[in-house]
Amino acid sequence: MTVVARFEVRYTQYLDSQGRVVRPVPEFARDPRALVPDYGAMVLMRALDSKAIAMQRTGQMGTYASTLGKEAIDAGVGAVLAKDDVVLPSYRESGILFLRGVSPHRVFLYWGGDERGNVFPESPRDFPFCVPIAMQVPHAVGVAYAMKLRREPRVALAVLGDGATSKGDFYEGLNAAGVWKLPLVALVVNNQYAISMPRSRQSAAGTLAQKGIAAGVACEQLDGNDAIAVRDAVGRALERARSGEGPTLLEALTYRLSDHTTADDASRYRKPEELAEAWKREPIVRLRDWLAANGAWSKEQEEALHRECAERVQAAVKAYLETPQPGPAQMFRHLYARLPDAYAWQRDEACAPEPVPERHVEHHAG
Amino acid sequence: MSSITLVEAVNLALARAMEDDPRVVILGEDVGANGGVFRATVGLLGRFGAERVVDTPLAEGLIAGMAIGMAAEGLRPVAEFQFAGFAYAALDQVLNHAGRLRHRTQGRLACPMVMRTPCGAGIRAPEHHSESPEAIFAHVPGIRVVYPSSPRRAYGLLLAAIADPDPVVFLEPSRLYRLFKEEVADDGEPLPLDTAFLLRPGTDLTLVAWGAMTHEALAAANELAAEDVFAEVIDLATLKPLDLDTILGSVAKTRRCVVVSEAPRTCSFASEVSANVSEQGLMSLLAPVERVTAWDTVTPMSRLESRYMPDKRRIVAAAHKVMQYH
Repeated sequence: MTVVARFEVRYTQYLDSQGRVVRPVPEFARDPRALVPDYGAMVLMRALDSKAIAMQRTGQMGTYASTLGKEAIDAGVGAVLAKDDVVLPSYRESGILFLRGVSPHRVFLYWGGDERGNVFPESPRDFPFCVPIAMQVPHAVGVAYAMKLRREPRVALAVLGDGATSKGDFYEGLNAAGVWKLPLVALVVNNQYAISMPRSRQSAAGTLAQKGIAAGVACEQLDGNDAIAVRDAVGRALERARSGEGPTLLEALTYRLSDHTTADDASRYRKPEELAEAWKREPIVRLRDWLAANGAWSKEQEEALHRECAERVQAAVKAYLETPQPGPAQMFRHLYARLPDAYAWQRDEACAPEPVPERHVEHHAG
Repeated sequence: MSSITLVEAVNLALARAMEDDPRVVILGEDVGANGGVFRATVGLLGRFGAERVVDTPLAEGLIAGMAIGMAAEGLRPVAEFQFAGFAYAALDQVLNHAGRLRHRTQGRLACPMVMRTPCGAGIRAPEHHSESPEAIFAHVPGIRVVYPSSPRRAYGLLLAAIADPDPVVFLEPSRLYRLFKEEVADDGEPLPLDTAFLLRPGTDLTLVAWGAMTHEALAAANELAAEDVFAEVIDLATLKPLDLDTILGSVAKTRRCVVVSEAPRTCSFASEVSANVSEQGLMSLLAPVERVTAWDTVTPMSRLESRYMPDKRRIVAAAHKVMQYH
């Protein structure tokens, strides 16, 4: 038999789990101070995340999908995206949105059950959270197609989970992006679990990155807990897309340190030892150790950062709690550009003041 | 002005829209060099180029999702689904995103897109080619469902659908694609959406139909006229949102109503029309609203399709039934 094709999948890592450099860091990280903003963003993400969970537990917010453990991915992506690029998130990418300028209280609003949480005035072309799995990948194909058609040096970046790579929408989108060499980056956040399904039972593929090979799409696996690797790999993929070289599939390896959502209890399907082991590889301490070891971070800076984060969390909570309750008209406003006459009576009835209950008069015999 | 078929009118409207608005792009399976399996897009590749007349990989979910992305990013995509039975794969995107994007972003992003598909029985097509899925799409909030029944309405309504700022499912009755010709002026003038059309005035009963069934209804009205029963025939044209005022206005005059649909009966759009007329037109009605529909069966293959779709005979029988009430 003749070999007609041979493939390889590359893996990118700069910092190991101890924050030690395993290969020379890329140009942008030569001065470690360049990574200080990324570190600050990661600490803020974690503070907002823990506040969100606390608010859910105390009945101030609805079901929430935690971002615990993926901070390096969100920070790295946020650092290298251009303002005019378009992000198509799943439901776990609030960290990226913060770096796009979206106010954290929007994310609280979203998980608090209010459509106004998807209004991103600071980043108006970005897509809203996508709850149905992988459906944003075909959207990204359309966005990237429009960019390419208009000869704009912009990129569509879709973020999805490991489970999403089992869906047809993922394959259909990736396949088409390859055919048209679109300016698209599909970033798989492989956090090892799709609710309760471990990565090993999601696919027999050795890597999820290699799913790009079948579509003729460049692919790469990276350490998603290494902020430098994320920034490097995503930055290169964006650059390829922007210069007309086509799409890239990235698989960022991380671990979901939280439950799937606040409605989930991961202890039903994974062992505490596994979780404890995963904590040793988490991204924040690793980056801090590297910054500190290179003289770019001090204890005083750490304390100041935590104070600043606490203030920003409080400001977000305040803005969230002070947002007035939506009225029923919100269901009809923006349903269409102009509400068709046929539905005007429904809006009027839904918005009518609730009738004051008649006073209940008890009649007693005798 | 020239005399053209319905499928030629679709082609004419697409070309006009692409000429007038550089944001309009066409995408679908075999829409390029092949000009579409029904030739609705014939000649467009040569005129507007492969970037705007996009042959997609064979994946209906992709086509729908991609159109959403294009629309949100400022293009005006017109997606073709080859046959109605294949459009169901796109339903996930239509339900979860096309109909919702404007609302869930509170007006920040929108989906000005058209999803065209041939549909309906009567051309002896293979399995999965003959369904009439209007009720399934009409159930989806945030979209429009349009179902033209003549070349002129296909031209004007398709232009309106493409210009509309919201998603439109545009169902083209393949049985009428080449059944007859009509004078159509290529003047770029849209016809109004959300508006039913009066096809034939009458006094004794109202026949409500859409798509290919309008022609069965007109044939039935002809036959009834020979018995001195005068049926008013209304073509809904836009099913969602429903122009109930036109129907109720007609029923106020005729006091009887028969609704015709070539889709299965249960939860059909005929049921929706019937419920609305019964609810709001009760005081006008002399007779219960009659539905003439296809059976609650799988759409049969071609040998039995003539026994599946409502025809003139069944519509006349329903008319006789409502005429028994005085």
